[in-house]
Amino acid sequence: MAAKTLIIDGKAVSAEEGATVLQVARDNNVAIPTLCHLEGVYDVGACRLCLVEVAGSTKLQPACTTKISEGMNIQTNSDRLRKYRRLTLELLFAERNHVCAVCVSNGHCELQTLAYSLGLDHVRYDYVFPKWKVDVTHRLFGMDHNRCILCTRCVRVCWHIEGAGTKNVAGRGATARIISDLDQPWGDSESCTECGKCVMACPTGALFHKGATAGEMEHDRDKLEFIVNAREKQQWLP
Amino acid sequence: MQLDDLKALVAKHIGARKKIVLRTCMSAGCMSSQADVIKRNLEAEVKAQGREAEVEVRRVGCMGFCGQGPLIGVDGLSAKEKLFEFVKPTDAPAIVASLQGAACDVQVGNPDHPFFARQMRIVRANGGIVDPERIEDYLAVGGYQALHQVLTEMQPSEVVDEITTSGLRGRGGAGFPTGLKWGTVAKSAGAKKYVVCNGDEGDPGAFMDRSVLESDPHIVLEGMAIAAYAVGADQGFLYVRAEYPLAISRLQTAIKQAKALGLLGGGIFESPFNFNIDIRIGAGAFVCGEETALMASVEGKRGTPRPRPPFPAESGLWGCPTLINNVETFANITAIINRGGAWYAGIGTEKSKGTKVFALTGKIKNNGLIEVPMGIPLRQIVEEMGGGAPAGGHIKSVQTGGPSGGCIPAAYLDTPVDYESLTKLGSIMGSGGMVVMDDATNMVEIAKFYMEFCMEESCGKCIPCRAGTAQMFHLLEKITQRRGTARDLAKLEELCDMVRHTSLCGLGQTAPNPVASTLKFFRSEYEALLQPDPFGPRPSVTTQSAEPVTL
Repeated sequence: MAAKTLIIDGKAVSAEEGATVLQVARDNNVAIPTLCHLEGVYDVGACRLCLVEVAGSTKLQPACTTKISEGMNIQTNSDRLRKYRRLTLELLFAERNHVCAVCVSNGHCELQTLAYSLGLDHVRYDYVFPKWKVDVTHRLFGMDHNRCILCTRCVRVCWHIEGAGTKNVAGRGATARIISDLDQPWGDSESCTECGKCVMACPTGALFHKGATAGEMEHDRDKLEFIVNAREKQQWLP
Repeated sequence: MQLDDLKALVAKHIGARKKIVLRTCMSAGCMSSQADVIKRNLEAEVKAQGREAEVEVRRVGCMGFCGQGPLIGVDGLSAKEKLFEFVKPTDAPAIVASLQGAACDVQVGNPDHPFFARQMRIVRANGGIVDPERIEDYLAVGGYQALHQVLTEMQPSEVVDEITTSGLRGRGGAGFPTGLKWGTVAKSAGAKKYVVCNGDEGDPGAFMDRSVLESDPHIVLEGMAIAAYAVGADQGFLYVRAEYPLAISRLQTAIKQAKALGLLGGGIFESPFNFNIDIRIGAGAFVCGEETALMASVEGKRGTPRPRPPFPAESGLWGCPTLINNVETFANITAIINRGGAWYAGIGTEKSKGTKVFALTGKIKNNGLIEVPMGIPLRQIVEEMGGGAPAGGHIKSVQTGGPSGGCIPAAYLDTPVDYESLTKLGSIMGSGGMVVMDDATNMVEIAKFYMEFCMEESCGKCIPCRAGTAQMFHLLEKITQRRGTARDLAKLEELCDMVRHTSLCGLGQTAPNPVASTLKFFRSEYEALLQPDPFGPRPSVTTQSAEPVTL
């Protein structure tokens, strides 16, 4: 494959053709915040946190789905982008009921970490306080819709790594939600293999191991990476 | 079937016609006022009065003047057509008797009214004239001759060149040059290509595409077939929303009839060109009018958009190059082939060519469908054709482009209607909805209405659209309920900017437009509703009340 040269935040870098802006940025130690992106599954460009400015384009482009091209000039951390990222997070916090103090993922949550790193110390928008249920019908896992940010990582790992196809999205707009099978209680799901990949993939505490209490749960992302590497690169040693 | 066979069929069909034709509008608008009963009564009455030999009652599509419906046009009685308005089922005897000169008190319309006289009909040329359920009627007005010409006399690249010459731009709203899109799909590598017609018309108050599909389905099928030949596709999908059952049934009939005559399917006009069209019915999501969401829906997946690039022209349905155009765009094609791209390019303005169909609704005297040349001043449409606001009201604003568009204030009524001029005013051409508002209309409420629509129709995939439109609606609700402050207005403006620039698809990117445009032109209406901010900056000492403080 041909090599391409491009500029990221003023620094000239080279990369292989076909790579995404996000891959190239991370290879060159340029941090771009992401939420819906997960190594090993395809990208959907939904969270809009990785938007970058590309010189010559009036539209902001998501780094995760945008392929690099020769001579691209990319800005990943302008004032405008930082403002939009903070606003996106503010909207997320106001949308559902994210209460860190009582969350299993407190301290190990990607949403929380991102908010810290972007200096988000309060939310200026009115909280919506929707009434969402918690599904604890499954033998091993639970799903708390109050903490869900609809990144659809669980859906993608369920379909494309495990191949079970249990998780899906139903509804639209603010009422969109993650469902199991045909919107059944998770415990009644016949397709769920109880592999737990969805729990590993979840960036927040929406999917959790039963029995974990506040701040106890850590997501085991290494295991996902191990499976993907084993399958795609035939690489069995971590 | 060869062209000669087709011509013989048409000659036979025309020969069987009768002297006087009562054209009964059987489009959804008139049907809702019992047009089907009227047609049945007319047929019975023609029989009862013994006029079967010279009078026929024909089912036709939309004549445009929907506000005055049900409509009946009379041909063959005098040089000029006669138009009966507000017809009731009980009027049938009087109408049939009037054909022999009897007095009749059914309201008669004026065919020279500016509503008709200012129109220029290309897309709707056959609307109200042909029977949408009989292919012979369409053939009799020269139907499928453009397809024959393309297949027998033109190379695919010549067809693309003709469309490029015409300057036609996409009628779905964004106005992308059609010739360029066709050329891109034609050049894209791939053994399998698709042509998709977007009939998922969802803007509130818009009914242009429905009317075209209900009144003249073959013009769309023929346009799609020509497009398929030009880009090298052999399969088409016509995506129609389920809310248009009449359009769907007429399209099904039309496809069946065209297939029976060898005008669709395998070996069209006995050439090696094959083209099939299948109908896909939308399940009621507005976002499925967005092309990538529409394709996901056609593929049987959840109808959510995906980032572009890759554009459908490169990677569309099942990863194959796909041409997606709107109903009205396809309906322009046969006229361009028949009369030439140069002829089409002679209509309209420098950058916006041809005509545009608008659904004129709202606070206006003459409601209905109009087709006007691009560049016509907005004032001519609303004041001359539409007759202005009813009952002594004044026009305050015209909304174009539906939930993605904006409100144009009355002061800008002399703006020519073309893509660039409307964009400059913060609105868009859109698919053709035109809602007129009079001075009794509260603009903040209008903005709230459209924001609620976008909030409910957001697919929920990206955060700015899903959570942003919900917050914007909440802020608008607060302001209209007189609970909002200047800080809420600032937040609203901040979200307008953020949602527009960060949303994934066109729905979110344009959702702030109604708010932004009303803020631009009617800001005082917002400000009048604002309350003093208890946490805002304190008023200075000098502005405080001079009255002495007493206990």
